[in-house]
Amino acid sequence: MPVRIQTEDFDVGAEIAALRHGDPAVGAIASFVGLVRDVNAGDRVSEITLEHYPGMTQKAVQEIVDEAKSRWNIVDALVIHRIGTLRPADQIVLVAVTGAHRGAAFAACEFVMDYLKTRAPFWKKEQTPAGSRWVDARSSDDVAADRWTG
Amino acid sequence: MDDSDLAQGTVEAPARAGTIDILYFARLKEVLGLGAERMMLPQAIATAGALRAHLQARGGAWAVELAAERPVRVAVNQVMAGADAHIHPGDEVAFFPPVTGG
Repeated sequence: MPVRIQTEDFDVGAEIAALRHGDPAVGAIASFVGLVRDVNAGDRVSEITLEHYPGMTQKAVQEIVDEAKSRWNIVDALVIHRIGTLRPADQIVLVAVTGAHRGAAFAACEFVMDYLKTRAPFWKKEQTPAGSRWVDARSSDDVAADRWTG
Repeated sequence: MDDSDLAQGTVEAPARAGTIDILYFARLKEVLGLGAERMMLPQAIATAGALRAHLQARGGAWAVELAAERPVRVAVNQVMAGADAHIHPGDEVAFFPPVTGG
């Protein structure tokens, strides 16, 4: 499945191998892996919990992947996003895109991440020494997503 | 369906005539103390924005969290929507903060 929402960790190498499937038409693979950091807004973070909207998430991410496929000449794309409780250095998200050439693969990969950040219904709550708090959305993420419109 | 289904944000029973299901996520769910509810859709409410104002009028945390200046997002039938999106009986309307995944 090109879009997976799961609690389990993922093996980037195995996922990319499965995505390219030995297809000799694939000349480029671009991928992005998002990780949990141990600091945010100046405070230590010991763990984060990712909540999502079960009925909507899969469809919302699939729409983003479909939009990327309509905009760029890519072969395939994969998104894995984890939910539940994660710790610093854990993997959160994988976006991988295969294509004939690097230009489309790079662009589509970045587009999917930018849209995922602003349109997919996930929310992070982080645990700090002062207690737990919901992570605020960043205006820089909106700016990044807006690059792709117009 | 029982209350625990609603609390999980999964409303699987078919809506009764004239009702809508409303879901809340993340900070909103926590502060409002409610993950989901089913309500009769008042005839005067035709849009997501009007529903938000209706809920805000409950006062207390509702008035604070759903205030117009708060960055609340809405999805109608599991698709991101604007305040002018039409809502109808049987719809699923979700309110939540700006997303922070990735």
